[in-house]
Amino acid sequence: MLRNILLATSITMAVLAAGPASAAEKKTIAVSIPAADHGWTAGVVYHANAAAKEINKAFPDIEVIVKTSPSASAQVSAIEDLSATRKLDALVILPHSSEELTTPVKTIKEKGSFITVVDRGLNDPSIQDLYVAGDNIAVGFNTAKFLVEKMGGKGNLVVLRGIPTVIDDERIKGFKDGIAGSGLKVLDIQYANWNSDEAFKLMQDYLAKYPQIDAVWANDDDMLLGVLEAIKQSGRKEIKFALGGNGMKEIIQKVMAGDSVTPVETPYPPSMIKTAIYLTAAHFAGHAPVRGSFKLDAPLITKANAAEYYFPDSPF
Amino acid sequence: MADVAAAPPRAQRNRSIGWGDAGPFLALAALVLIGFLINPDFLSANNIANVVTRSAFIGIIAIGATFVISSGGLDLSVGSMAAFITGVMILFMNWVTPSVGTAAIPLGMAVALVTGIACGLLNGTIVTVGRIEPFIATLGTMGIFRALITYMTDGGTVAIDRSLRDAYRPVYFGDVLGVPIPILVSLAVALVAAYVLYRTRYGRRCVAVGANEDVARYSGISVTRVRTMAFVIQGACVAIAAICYVPRLGAATPTTGLLWELQVITAVVIGGTALRGGRGRIWGTVAGAVILEFIANLMVLSDFVSEYLVAAVQGVIIIIAMLIQRMSKS
Repeated sequence: MLRNILLATSITMAVLAAGPASAAEKKTIAVSIPAADHGWTAGVVYHANAAAKEINKAFPDIEVIVKTSPSASAQVSAIEDLSATRKLDALVILPHSSEELTTPVKTIKEKGSFITVVDRGLNDPSIQDLYVAGDNIAVGFNTAKFLVEKMGGKGNLVVLRGIPTVIDDERIKGFKDGIAGSGLKVLDIQYANWNSDEAFKLMQDYLAKYPQIDAVWANDDDMLLGVLEAIKQSGRKEIKFALGGNGMKEIIQKVMAGDSVTPVETPYPPSMIKTAIYLTAAHFAGHAPVRGSFKLDAPLITKANAAEYYFPDSPF
Repeated sequence: MADVAAAPPRAQRNRSIGWGDAGPFLALAALVLIGFLINPDFLSANNIANVVTRSAFIGIIAIGATFVISSGGLDLSVGSMAAFITGVMILFMNWVTPSVGTAAIPLGMAVALVTGIACGLLNGTIVTVGRIEPFIATLGTMGIFRALITYMTDGGTVAIDRSLRDAYRPVYFGDVLGVPIPILVSLAVALVAAYVLYRTRYGRRCVAVGANEDVARYSGISVTRVRTMAFVIQGACVAIAAICYVPRLGAATPTTGLLWELQVITAVVIGGTALRGGRGRIWGTVAGAVILEFIANLMVLSDFVSEYLVAAVQGVIIIIAMLIQRMSKS
């Protein structure tokens, strides 16, 4: 009896000891992203989970774990918990905010993890091994160039801003640079907080205030949905273009259908998280050098290439 | 407005008749005058119709909140609840549309109403039976409702079935004899609410409980029942607002109804209801909701301030509106 117990115990001990040893050969990639609280972040969560599933299946030696966090402080706790309970070979992080996440990510870097930063940069760029981001300035700039060209360089515009952040500032700066020197005039520019409801109200007010509006730029597709409803309700016909940005599937559908008011779209694709996870996996599986910065372009999505940006199963 | 005299206690009632009740309407008149001076387009029929229609959501929810607040409670969950009811309603309608067609709309409305009443009952029960401070109880349910809508939408958007869109659109965009339907709905809700609060035994009890819980209890009023009922009325009002809201954008998202609770409380307080309970003003609340929407509209129509300062000016105007009211009372 005693012998049996001893035997069982030693077998268990041996298994336990062997467990971590064999697991050590398996590379762990942790992915830390904001929880889905609006369209774009919902897209990020969707694409992160899709990438994790595909990589876990394709590369048995790599395990991708996705963790979502509703706030910056929750994200700090999440990455601390992850690194405390296991060895992280890599951390792919889309930080809630640059300031708050810089030191915690640095701590993980010092433990020897490969660090991939997505979208919002950290305050100290030397922490990251790989940086993947979209181009917010190009989102504004390319939309502006399209409008300048299609409207023959003249007309009245109204612009809706998002939430006061770096992302919003960059898009607006790109847009203003894009129309500089043309005869396009920005009549008004106000915040609608990337919210379709507030955009609906703001657009109604713009329509009451200005008798002639030639085009609207909403800087984000959630807001564009509100803008389109307000225009529809007013029955005003002079508005030639109403454009957004980000690549929401409802808007991509409009582009595919050849909608005359919304004929193009600029991507700031939430799928960039997938690009980042794949590149990080390549570092382990492909022995390919992936260190550096990877900036996704924001080309105009037109009827011709819209299918490339259309994800029917994504919530965004 | 004079029928508020039905509300005890006596001392307060005498002070509050007359000029005191005119406060929110004076503030509204002042705002309309300023608006006209800033931009004559402000008084165009179209603009007024848009703004008053938009204020209907906050207005209807705030009418419910007038009951909760005047009975000494507070409901922070209304914005999340509105989003949650909207989500439940849309998912339900999309689910039954293939079998019943456009009959899904009235069915969806019924489901929304039942959901709203159930949510209100939940809040009310936690507060009264669970004996938890309304502030904390509804802070809890606020998180629950918001998480549920985020879960139901996968963090993205749930849109109403395309085949229902055109049929349902008139509920927000339609009108009867030129008056937009949401305005008619909020007037109807306000009339019923004013009757209940000023003319019925329940209304008097509601205010009495808010004025002094112990005295109310000693005079044989079931405080638990009165308070729970106030939350149920609140839930029903949120559902009515959601029913008018759905056709506007035809979708529910995790940002639907964000921060509405603060606007609702502001509208109720501007309207002359006491935040600590014991006094309720239905028509004042309606005026308060319109004032809030007018301020936002005016900020866009005027070109005076930088886009960065709009929120600050709105805050200042709200405080001035309260001061006008305070002075008109004394």
